[in-house]
Amino acid sequence: MSGAELLGLFGHFLLLSLLAVGGAITTAPDMHRYMVTEQHWLTDAQFTSSIAIAQAAPGPNLLFVAVLGWNTAGPIGAFATTAGILLPSTVLSLWATRWGSQRRETRFVRSFTNGLTPLTLGLLLATGWILAEPYVRVAQYRWGALGLVAITVLVMVRTKVSPMWLVALGALAGVLGLV
Amino acid sequence: MLPSQSAHEPAALDAPANLRELFFAFNRLSLQGFGGVLPVAQRELVERKHWLDKQQFIEMLAVSQVLPGPNVVNLALMFGDRCFGLRGAMTALAGMMLAPLVVVLVLTALYGQYSHHPLVSGALRGMGAVAAGLVISTGLKLFATIRRNPMGRWPALAFAVLTFVLIALLRWPLVWVVLGLGSLAMAVAWYFIGRSEPRQ
Repeated sequence: MSGAELLGLFGHFLLLSLLAVGGAITTAPDMHRYMVTEQHWLTDAQFTSSIAIAQAAPGPNLLFVAVLGWNTAGPIGAFATTAGILLPSTVLSLWATRWGSQRRETRFVRSFTNGLTPLTLGLLLATGWILAEPYVRVAQYRWGALGLVAITVLVMVRTKVSPMWLVALGALAGVLGLV
Repeated sequence: MLPSQSAHEPAALDAPANLRELFFAFNRLSLQGFGGVLPVAQRELVERKHWLDKQQFIEMLAVSQVLPGPNVVNLALMFGDRCFGLRGAMTALAGMMLAPLVVVLVLTALYGQYSHHPLVSGALRGMGAVAAGLVISTGLKLFATIRRNPMGRWPALAFAVLTFVLIALLRWPLVWVVLGLGSLAMAVAWYFIGRSEPRQ
């Protein structure tokens, strides 16, 4: 990949960073448009599996961005996409947080946070739904997947067990063909 | 600046003693975060370490969700900044990103060889279902904060349900939900806060 292309990749992710309201995953459709359809750097399958790997690995889901960069141009590509998606949003959110926390008792800031907390709760449940839906839609996996979701919710609400063990349980259930 | 001790939560909160403790706390929660870091962040920061209470956590999360950029990354930045300023923000971010970045890139290199193995795809399915359950349980636990919302329990609940319907069922673009429904929710909160505290 040429230097100019690399710069283009970096620039595109700089832009996406500022559009990523609600998490990096919300800009995945646009990454697909740019990297697969327009530039032909990745195939469709490479794009999808990049996201699947990041989901299976520990850490923020945002890491799928690093995998996309790696599959496009190796280590330097991973650096370009990761730095690009992080830089603008980091600067902006640090600035906004400081501005807000100095004024956290004002009516404006209190309306802002209290207005948005109910939306956040709805978004969390919606994310859970969207993650579960692909499995629940397929009759073969439906009951196993619903069972795992139910067990997970029950254990998380009732006990202090680390989520890591539940993920291990999920992997085991998958290997044994229960899901 | 430490996270402010809200008036409604008399229980004293702890705080990280130094940058090192902050780094390893975020390193630890990130490495446990299969299928998303948020549920682990809630468990570690609120339930285990008592660095934040539920109310502060949902407020931080709400703000990090409307700011552009990955939510958990914004959350780490905000928390680190509150504890130790810019150095804290960078430390929390590094703690959250570095080790998992290495892990995911190693997995990327390995994946090419094993992607079609049925055991691998089965394990991914199982982990995916658990990831869904983790996010749902985080949402359910944080529902307790609705009772303290100044707009009142029922309007707040209505906004939460409406958000779920628009995003999960109707698949509206997030930006429109946040701008449209979010502005409305803020206006409602503005009205109720003004009503409960007569103008000085």
